[in-house]
Amino acid sequence: MNAKTHLTQPLRRPRRAFFSPARMGIYAFLISVSAFFLLPLYVMVVTSLKTAPEVRQAMLFAWPANPQFGNWVEAWSSACIALQCKGIQGGFWNSVRLVIPATVLSVFLGALNGYALSFWRSKWGDILFGIMMLGAFVPFQVMIYPLVAWFRLGGFYNTYWSILLVHCIFGMPLLTLLFRNYYVAVPQELFKAARIDGGGFWRIFLQLMLPMATPMLIVATILQLTGIWNDYLFGLIFAGQDNYPMTVQLNNLVGTTFGERRYHIDMAATILTSLVPLAVYFFSGRWFVRGIAAGAVKG
Amino acid sequence: MANVQIKDLDIVLGGVSILKSMNLEIQDGEFLVLLGPSGCGKSTLLHTIAGFNEVHEGSIHIGGRDVTWADPKDRDIGMVFQSYALYPTMNVERNMSFGLRVAGVPKAEIAKRVARAADMLHLQDLLHRRPSQLSGGQRQRVAIGRALVRDAKVFLFDEPLSNLDAKLRAELRRELKQLHKDLRTTMIYVTHDQVEAMTLASRIAVMRSGVIQQIDTPAEIYARPANMFVAGFLGSPSMNFVEGCLQRTNAGWCFASAGLHIPLDAYPFKSPPVHEQRCVLGVRPESIKLCEPAVAVHGQATVSLIEPMGSSQIVWLQVADHTLSVQLEAQASPALDSNVGVQVALGELSLFDAGTQERL
Repeated sequence: MNAKTHLTQPLRRPRRAFFSPARMGIYAFLISVSAFFLLPLYVMVVTSLKTAPEVRQAMLFAWPANPQFGNWVEAWSSACIALQCKGIQGGFWNSVRLVIPATVLSVFLGALNGYALSFWRSKWGDILFGIMMLGAFVPFQVMIYPLVAWFRLGGFYNTYWSILLVHCIFGMPLLTLLFRNYYVAVPQELFKAARIDGGGFWRIFLQLMLPMATPMLIVATILQLTGIWNDYLFGLIFAGQDNYPMTVQLNNLVGTTFGERRYHIDMAATILTSLVPLAVYFFSGRWFVRGIAAGAVKG
Repeated sequence: MANVQIKDLDIVLGGVSILKSMNLEIQDGEFLVLLGPSGCGKSTLLHTIAGFNEVHEGSIHIGGRDVTWADPKDRDIGMVFQSYALYPTMNVERNMSFGLRVAGVPKAEIAKRVARAADMLHLQDLLHRRPSQLSGGQRQRVAIGRALVRDAKVFLFDEPLSNLDAKLRAELRRELKQLHKDLRTTMIYVTHDQVEAMTLASRIAVMRSGVIQQIDTPAEIYARPANMFVAGFLGSPSMNFVEGCLQRTNAGWCFASAGLHIPLDAYPFKSPPVHEQRCVLGVRPESIKLCEPAVAVHGQATVSLIEPMGSSQIVWLQVADHTLSVQLEAQASPALDSNVGVQVALGELSLFDAGTQERL
């Protein structure tokens, strides 16, 4: 091999040193941040698999000698909340019954608001949007009592409908903002073309604008799904005893004591409750990040 | 097929008057180009014809029917936009058929019309692609196809070629002309590109600040522009303007400025000229010939710059204190800095009033 052929060989990308000080710093940071979030989860899982005597040994990080998956079954189906010993499964189904319609409805309304505000410009549209954004900055605790009073006046306080309505109302500012910003970036000419093609308000929305906003729909669904599932305060105040969501049931379970605290059952119930949002984040992380990034650039 | 009549149209957008008492009549089957610089109100006018802007005063008739307050979909129009405005979630076929599906046209009829439009625009192989999988030229073809399938009486084009590169623009321009020849439908076309206007139009309306400056055939507008704005807007390289004054001599009227002396016997004055009137001479680059300085007919000049263009060349002349551009065939080769004589084609001149800039 002479010098000439040596020169014509393609250059390789220079190999990065695996252990440079900068890299070590990055890894140290990443590992400590991961530990910060993963250790509590580890403790929860481990504790939920222990027997009561093992828990009392107070060895927080120790692996259970004999994992007790029965704890999870008990938390699900037979742990006692107040006088009822049916576990938190009732709460789970209450949450499902609430989260799905509330998410679908609020995302749909948010998209509709954003669409109407961006394309069907009316005289009061901007003012309305301003008021709605103002609503996003008022602490919602301020609005709780007036809402309770109104719902009582309307005769549906402490019902399924009141909690559904509350979640839709409080989701509106953020969802409207998300969809408005998304649609504002869509050229007006597209809307005009659809108008010439004879599309009305609903047809343009349902056949054109809604399918176009798929990334935003996914992001909004994730936001609402996890937000409503994790909600405790509204569920406690508005849902009424028959509709208590899983979070409220969990709190009641943890608060119910017969002599000794059964930490392993509490932990098992907590894991069951947090499974849904965990799964949502786990399976949709890519979309979630994409949506946040899109919102950040366009907002 | 329909004519379009615009009567005393006023448009006010956000408190600003864009168009003021505009009158315009577009014949059945005509290709009218609205030409003007950006901000002259040409797009506003087009979008008002389409029904997207509220009319403040006046009326719009399409095919004899008053559509001033009609919804865009009820105006029998098809429109093509600069940004294509294709529906991104639908494939080409569904993009083109959207309007027909909305109108509830039977499926067989939809298929027939889409096939016909696809055939005209060479889109047969692309029917199942999404807009994002098409090139710019293909996208604009689909947008034209979408307007075609509607069997509209009037087609509106809003700068449809501005987003394309030069080669595609020329190609699609030719196709549009062919399309108009085949269909004979009324077309209104907005552009700021004078080449598109010249090549496509049966008539051009040159607009400035919401007012139509001149409306006529391309040839007429090019040869006899109504004012200096129109004269300067059409033609590339643009018309030469030379300031001077009118003089009455024994031989008749003539134009005089430093270095140029041109007899105006053949010039058709609109109104009787006045001696010593300040005016501007407009002469197209191709209306000037060079000759030997000894036999200089209309003036003397020095060659200051030469721009070769391939098939022709542009020669810049210094005449006294101003410059003139001359378009010559590529073979002619005057030397730089040489003295030449200037000869102007007397039948191709324009004269404008120095104050009002209107044609004399």
